[in-house]
Amino acid sequence: MGLDKALGDSFLTTKVEDAINWCRKNSLWPMPMGISCCAIEMMAFAGPRFDASRFGSEVLRFSPRQSDVMLVAGTTTYKMAKVVRKIYDQMPEPKWVIAMGACTSSGGMYRTYSVVQGIDLFLPVDVYVAGCPPRPDNLLNALMLLQRKVQKGECRGTVPSYIGDFHSSQPVTATT
Amino acid sequence: METNADEVTPRSRILQALEDQDTSASFLDPLESEMILNMGPQHPATHGVLRLLVKLDGETVVGCVPELGYLHRGYEKLAENCTYHEFIPHTDRLDYISPLSNNTAYSLAVEKLLGIEAPLRAQFIRTIISELARISSHLLFLGSLAMDVGALTVWMWSFREREKLYDIFENLVGARFTTSYTRIGGIAQDMTPAVVAMIEEFIAALAGKLEECEKLLNRNRIFIGRCDGVGVLTREQAIDLGVTGPTLRASGVNHDLRRTLPYLIYDQFDFDVPMFEGGDSLARYYQRMAEMKESIKIVRQALDKIPNGPIHAFKPHNVLPRKHEVYTRMEELIHDFMLINFGIDPPDGEIYSSIEAPKGELGFYIMSKKGDGHPWRFKIRSPSFVNIHALPTMLKGAMISDVVAIIGSIDPVMGEADK
Amino acid sequence: MDNQTVLERLKTRFADAFVESREFRGELTVVVPKDRIVEVCSFLKNDADLAYEFLSDLCGIDMYTPEKRFGVIYNLLSLKNRHRLRIKTFVEEENPKVQTITGIWGTANAHERETYDMFGIIFVGHPDLRRMYMPDDFEYHPLRKDFPLMGIPGSLPLPKK
Repeated sequence: MGLDKALGDSFLTTKVEDAINWCRKNSLWPMPMGISCCAIEMMAFAGPRFDASRFGSEVLRFSPRQSDVMLVAGTTTYKMAKVVRKIYDQMPEPKWVIAMGACTSSGGMYRTYSVVQGIDLFLPVDVYVAGCPPRPDNLLNALMLLQRKVQKGECRGTVPSYIGDFHSSQPVTATT
Repeated sequence: METNADEVTPRSRILQALEDQDTSASFLDPLESEMILNMGPQHPATHGVLRLLVKLDGETVVGCVPELGYLHRGYEKLAENCTYHEFIPHTDRLDYISPLSNNTAYSLAVEKLLGIEAPLRAQFIRTIISELARISSHLLFLGSLAMDVGALTVWMWSFREREKLYDIFENLVGARFTTSYTRIGGIAQDMTPAVVAMIEEFIAALAGKLEECEKLLNRNRIFIGRCDGVGVLTREQAIDLGVTGPTLRASGVNHDLRRTLPYLIYDQFDFDVPMFEGGDSLARYYQRMAEMKESIKIVRQALDKIPNGPIHAFKPHNVLPRKHEVYTRMEELIHDFMLINFGIDPPDGEIYSSIEAPKGELGFYIMSKKGDGHPWRFKIRSPSFVNIHALPTMLKGAMISDVVAIIGSIDPVMGEADK
Repeated sequence: MDNQTVLERLKTRFADAFVESREFRGELTVVVPKDRIVEVCSFLKNDADLAYEFLSDLCGIDMYTPEKRFGVIYNLLSLKNRHRLRIKTFVEEENPKVQTITGIWGTANAHERETYDMFGIIFVGHPDLRRMYMPDDFEYHPLRKDFPLMGIPGSLPLPKK
């Protein structure tokens, strides 16, 4: 963006970058892609006991256009993978993905003909959460890990051209 | 709609101007045609990955086609490749709102196939956990239906109660939610006095909490307006469509598998089977609230009458031995090895066994071959699958905003509908 | 109403259409030839005494035998008599066609579609026979014994990363 070009890499831009990342990390609005059993634990994660809104995830918007992080919760089949990818593509950048549970991380206990063995086969994943289903506290831990990532400015998805460079953990050339 | 050639309207003049000897134009008037709306697999209120293709005439639903398969995980094929014991964790994930109920159903089915019976204490405990699972499922129904029609507070309250149930399950089994508690021939571990105290405390407080939720909903004009007369399913339609569970009983059919074909020890308890005649969403709501109160009665009676005793049947070729025996005695070690590696020893035959799950009739059809530890055919008759296919009948003539209330009142779970 | 009575009624009414019957763990299973299935089912439903008005389940089975490879299994329930009955019928692999019973029990519509999807058994006269769980352009029938558990690579498309 313009500020980057005008001021270059200076003290001011890094501080602005930090400030913006701090704002981003404390208001990560999740897009709950609740597919199966993990969705119930995700509902409990948003529920009254393990309150996610105290971490900034105030609203679980079901609209991809208004969310930052996609929480994929549940077994992804080949039929559903197309839908998940479509929703992911609709999210505005920067966007992160939390793969919740064993089924999204690696296919889980379903080694069958219709289950995708891990959503990282078609989505760039930032945080994997282990468990079947993971406890809501585990999901809160994952959210906090993601917040640390956001503060550092790391994003596994496409590299957006914003203030400050989002360091991608994939070897992608950043456009200025 | 083609414009009438005789009347001269601004539209027809435009069409005439566009037409020449090579081109002919016609416009479909959007207000005169029917629209197909896709309530896609990702939707806040479809209770999971259900895709509904709804044909609309304005706001009224003319027809609907449910499309399933977005969560098809291949359970039946998986069962043919697992031993009977290995499949128990998979049964949790069928109706994932009430996993203990599915565990009980599966254990009962395999025990019927083998011709063994669990001891009395195990049966009492299985009854208690089935009823607790029913309460858990109906609490989620209450929260979801209320949230779908707009009352968010009830969702928070019902989830608070479900968290207490999760605490009970965690103390009993070790897991909040996907429990895998029952085993073939009994249950995994015994119910300690601490757990009994927790259950009694929960049951004592539940009636009051339900009353609080009812105070918000039962005389609420908005709730009644959104649910009354919406999604009517008549008695004949319900039987023809094979609908079971609270949806069937709210349409005036007195069929509850706990009474019709009693399993476990339900014939020893004194409880009513509520039934309503309306067949609409409001009747289904009243039905499930009444069922929760009956479940409280059953749990209380079971806790009073529960005997002491073993929790495993003694059938060495089919029932897993206790761990402390496996580590110290030779025969139990051998049986454990054979059961884990090769599975149980069933006879040649087939059975169909069903229970009254919270959603309806959950049935397992198992066909086995002699000595083979894997089933030859394992079919899951899931209630949500059949209930969802009653939607086209229920949605005819409803408005599009009623679709959400109707789906909420059937309370489908896609994990079992898609298997 | 017990298994013996039902068996007698069926034997007297369909003396020529009877193949075999078996009783196991208190449940009665009756095998009928596939061309008489509609007759048998409508008799079972409409008869005033038997009154099997509820179709609990309809499933397919792959016996993997050279003749009569596939079977269709109907699990019926009589609400009036509180009795369950199982009807089985077998078809060959080259011509896996059975008459539909959607006209008798409306719930068979969904179950038959699922059986078609999983086994490839074609129900003649079904109003809307298409796949239930797998995508419409999937070429195989998953629950057949010769289909591997892990599936056939490339049979289902995956979006690009």
